[in-house]
Amino acid sequence: MITAGIDLGAKTVKVVILKDEKVIGRGIAVTGLDQKESAEKAFAGALQEAKLELKDIEKVAATGVGRTEAPYATAHITEVGADAKGAFFLNPAVRTVIDVGGEEGRGIKCSAEGRALDFAINEKCAAGAGAFTEAMARALERPLVEFAKLALSSTKSIPMNAQCAVFAESEVVSLIHAKTPHEDISRAVHDSIADRIISMVRRVGIEKEVMLIGGVAYNVGFVNSLNRGLNLEVVVPDHPEYVGALGAALTAAGK
Amino acid sequence: MAEEKKEYWRWLESNWTSPDIDWKKGDVISAGVDVGSVSTQAVIMVDGQLYAYANMRTGSDSPNSARNAFAKALENTDLTEKDVEYCVGTGYGRVNVPMAQRAITEIACHARGANFMYGPTVRTVLDMGGQDCKAIRIDDKGKVESFLMNDKCAAGTGRGMEVFSDLLTVSINEVGAMSLEVEVEPEPVSSTCVIFAKTEATGLLRQGWPKNKVLAAYCRAMAGRVNELLQRVGVEKDFAITGGIAKNKGVVTRIETLLGFTALPPKYDTQLAGAVGAALFAKGLAEKERKAKG
Amino acid sequence: MLANYGYMDGAGSYFITIDTDKCNGCGKCITACPQSVFETGPDDADPLRDEPVAKVAAEQRKKIRYACASCKQYLTSLSGVKTEESVEGMKKLPCVVACETRAISHSW
Repeated sequence: MITAGIDLGAKTVKVVILKDEKVIGRGIAVTGLDQKESAEKAFAGALQEAKLELKDIEKVAATGVGRTEAPYATAHITEVGADAKGAFFLNPAVRTVIDVGGEEGRGIKCSAEGRALDFAINEKCAAGAGAFTEAMARALERPLVEFAKLALSSTKSIPMNAQCAVFAESEVVSLIHAKTPHEDISRAVHDSIADRIISMVRRVGIEKEVMLIGGVAYNVGFVNSLNRGLNLEVVVPDHPEYVGALGAALTAAGK
Repeated sequence: MAEEKKEYWRWLESNWTSPDIDWKKGDVISAGVDVGSVSTQAVIMVDGQLYAYANMRTGSDSPNSARNAFAKALENTDLTEKDVEYCVGTGYGRVNVPMAQRAITEIACHARGANFMYGPTVRTVLDMGGQDCKAIRIDDKGKVESFLMNDKCAAGTGRGMEVFSDLLTVSINEVGAMSLEVEVEPEPVSSTCVIFAKTEATGLLRQGWPKNKVLAAYCRAMAGRVNELLQRVGVEKDFAITGGIAKNKGVVTRIETLLGFTALPPKYDTQLAGAVGAALFAKGLAEKERKAKG
Repeated sequence: MLANYGYMDGAGSYFITIDTDKCNGCGKCITACPQSVFETGPDDADPLRDEPVAKVAAEQRKKIRYACASCKQYLTSLSGVKTEESVEGMKKLPCVVACETRAISHSW
């Protein structure tokens, strides 16, 4: 059976094409003003990789904040449900899912059957999502990937007072003026957001295995800070930003 | 030579000296210094009357910011630091005011300052600072009866407005007037978070919204935010606004619309409230010390 | 005097209110709280008051939503909305119960 899942996020649309429980195509596009158009673009990308046409897809399910705008979808599933399903599919030992995207952060407690039991969300606040690290990288005038890697070379932990991305930017500027090494600033920034995410996830309880998904999973500085704060190693799958779409594709396949 | 990037958020720094008061004829010379995260004010009082003040951007070093503001306030006078009998420090950086004998919280200082600046009828004070927003209920003597401060989130603070003034390349001083140029009031920006509101505003601009309409939507959202905070402490007339954003007519009029009545018109620079309150506390403490010495 | 400690952000408003006219500085809230939310110190709004009062510790104020989460089981996480159960639940919070003068209340 060939199904597809669309994850229409605030910043990006992700599409996964699944054939008999195997991922055969992925597509991604920036979520523009016209959400449907962005989704169609991502879908086309996935079809191209899978070497298929739209008519080959038997069923499509959608998730993400903009799921009602998703084209082709005949079923919808919440982000929490999609994340839990996708994460469990990739690793049935997962009991906690941490999903940090561009604009939202989520912590999900999963059952041994891969169902979402409980969840907590950091929403509508940039300090709990990828927008935070992006803003700080801009303040240091470095590309995000480089900024993230810097944190790994830090030898000093500096606590950040600000709990808001706008205030944190001012705090980073002060640190720059005080000639603080950029590695230590980067670590402080990543520790800060990891701290917030951990506080949120603690609300649902932290049980191994813990899987980290969403675009921010690519941020090595964040993963480092998260592991340190949780005192364990989080599992990061390949293509972490597609797990939600994968969960949607599984839903479409009746899983 | 590279052109300097225009800083739209930059507001005017200032200082002022009273043309009428001769400090040498005064008895108690007190001072208050309010070091905020964004701006610093120093106020000199002679027997509880406003004598001189300065309002400046806070630098990266709090003690230096205090020193600079203090020096600026004294600039056009022949007063020196040693002529000041008692100085109280306050604000976000209040513990770093080197010339202060004591630090008092910004809540208490703002309450006292508002009572001086607006008179004994004020019962509710809204202070919109650089990186915080405070709602304070006071009595006729400026004593705090209840307070609430939000310093976690940039929405409803000066920094939030600075981000927008920068985004729209409109000078911060012109934001208020521009936002009132709309014929029909638009819906407020839906995102509370300044970062997300910025993305939303960028989208609106792309859709063809003129700058004044975007500013109106943001000022409306900010007013709604601030009103929520006010309702938590309850609003009793008379109502007064202090802090930098009190100078933004676009936000002020929209708050008044939500409340259903107007704020008292300011007679002094609204950013001075904290330092004024501190200087008044300093006067009281100077008198207390004199009494104790006998 | 009503001191409200906490914050408001995009997700909502979270405040703990301490009535300093009622508070006698006994510190029982500090012992009762499993997250070290409280501390005693000088009255933030009354510089002339000598007796200490209970306050929310400075480093906790901006994170109060998650600090208090473990005690607030009455908040159904799936909706995050206050229900009738929550009004009852708030009365049973360890800090609220421990305070002999009933000076502490929560807004959520």
